[in-house]
Amino acid sequence: MAIVPNPHKTTGFIGWIDDRFPLTKIWKDHISEYYAPKNFNWWYTYGSLAMLVLVNQLITGIWLAMHFKPDETLAFDSVEYIMRDVPWGNVLRYLHSTGASFFFIVVYLHMFRGLMYGSSHKPRELVWIFGCLIYLVLMAEAFCGYVLPWGNMSYWGAQVIINLFGTVPVIGQTLVETIQGDYTPADATLNRLFSLHVVALPFVLVGLVIAHLMALHEVGSNNPDGVDIKKHKDPATGVPLDGVAFHPYYTVKDLVGVAAFLFVFFAVVFFAPEGAGYFLEKPNFTPANPLSTPEHITPAWYFGAFYAMLRAVPSFFNTQIWGVIVMFGAVLVLFFLPWLDRSKVKSIRYRGPIFKVAVAVFAVTFVGLNWLGMQPTSDLYTQLARIGTALYFAFFLAMPWYSKIDKTKPVPDRVTDGH
Amino acid sequence: MSKEGVDVGRRRFLTLSTTVVGAVGAGFAAVPFIASLPPSERAKALGAPVSIDISKLEAGQMVVAVWRRQPVWVVRRTPEMIATLEAVAGNLADPDSEVPQQPDYIKTTGAARALKPEFMVLKGVCTHLGCSPKFRPDAPAPEIAADWKGGFYCPCHGSKFDLAGRVFKGMPAPTNLPVPPHRYADDKTIVIGEDTGAA
Repeated sequence: MAIVPNPHKTTGFIGWIDDRFPLTKIWKDHISEYYAPKNFNWWYTYGSLAMLVLVNQLITGIWLAMHFKPDETLAFDSVEYIMRDVPWGNVLRYLHSTGASFFFIVVYLHMFRGLMYGSSHKPRELVWIFGCLIYLVLMAEAFCGYVLPWGNMSYWGAQVIINLFGTVPVIGQTLVETIQGDYTPADATLNRLFSLHVVALPFVLVGLVIAHLMALHEVGSNNPDGVDIKKHKDPATGVPLDGVAFHPYYTVKDLVGVAAFLFVFFAVVFFAPEGAGYFLEKPNFTPANPLSTPEHITPAWYFGAFYAMLRAVPSFFNTQIWGVIVMFGAVLVLFFLPWLDRSKVKSIRYRGPIFKVAVAVFAVTFVGLNWLGMQPTSDLYTQLARIGTALYFAFFLAMPWYSKIDKTKPVPDRVTDGH
Repeated sequence: MSKEGVDVGRRRFLTLSTTVVGAVGAGFAAVPFIASLPPSERAKALGAPVSIDISKLEAGQMVVAVWRRQPVWVVRRTPEMIATLEAVAGNLADPDSEVPQQPDYIKTTGAARALKPEFMVLKGVCTHLGCSPKFRPDAPAPEIAADWKGGFYCPCHGSKFDLAGRVFKGMPAPTNLPVPPHRYADDKTIVIGEDTGAA
């Protein structure tokens, strides 16, 4: 049977493949003829950087799994074995542990970029929602990975997080035992979190990243002006006048960002892999001990804000489920951002003072809550965390109101240069 | 596609019944996956009851046993310690143990929360987020509370409990420390994990 010639008119080996598989089509659709706005600033490198860190995590993770043993009696020692006896094992592990923290740094900046420039607005709601799902899975993935070294903080972190499910009325205790596979975090728990960390969640994560990019490439990228570049196309080619091909323009630009990022990343990997106790906590250098709680149980820094909110809510009606609801609500509310923001204007450049102040207060609140989540409790800190929690939710829940009444500036027809 | 000559009702019925049978099949197929998650037979065996010898426990001292990997405390309370239980009752969230954090045969023992008031048996796991509180019988201890009369203090989030494991008001922990099921095998031995009255 004759094969219909492919529309790209490729010949030779590539032609043979294009007759059977959309190789050139994929290359063009997503790389060489994906037209992105020409006015991207440095905030727009974090998407590529997140991808870079994901690849780092996958590759170093595969190598770590070659040496790691998901067994409660062996796990801690196998991590020390990687650190001391496996050639370059310490570098592999530090790349992975530092990568975890940098993943969150990059993702938080990426999300903040979206918040500033209205990237979640119509028609990019699904891009945003897939992104939120990625964030959610990333949190689960990071938690599982955090438990694997089976240090004392791993153990008690697992205890605290899994016990959150114990607050569910009636079935709570059964749920906790079902998740743990034992009456306390034990070998079964470690083993199943390993399975989730190296098999299930990475699959889901990569799948969601593909969906995130497919949705993005379907509607096109937003930009710092929040202007739709598809409104002005070259009549002859149909290419947006303010668009440039992702390759070579943004592949090359992103490489500059990659270089800058790697400078910082490797500075930490080589010279401060413990991140002053924030990337690798001190109590985790002692093996798990179910009978000895660390002095302060703190989560990894990137969960600090959510932990602070959890602790800020007092228990009443004899249950502490309220704190758990608030904590999960803090993640859930992100999904609704595209509909909470009622402004006609996307970019912060053309939005009024209320939104600018709100975003600034929100940023300070989020960083502050992250810090509070890592501090021991005190009356002052609890009060601050309560104020922070209120501000965090106010930013989102009052948005339909303040984003509507806020003054906006006229948005230019075409993207502006020189920012 | 032409629908001419197609019995739409029959087709719809077949589609629906296939879907329903398939869904039931998927439900049954899920059983081994879900059923494999709770504690295994080995985990259950390792979670079997444990005995604690209390004959060598001095007054005012605590012994820690491990049951299901969790600390179980037995405190031999002095008469002075027992006397504090009534004194602090006004500051407690649940002085009468209304929340079922203990077997019924413990609830009926009132403030003591113990089959024998001298021996307090508690699961040493904070009801906030599962940390293990510290035994702080020393009083006064102004760094814990101005009127501290002895009890348990959780270093994680600052929850305070009295010498019967009852939580003070306004703490992160919502409920009293749990009393595990236990019984006296004889005067010297407490069996944790078996109810009083059970063989």
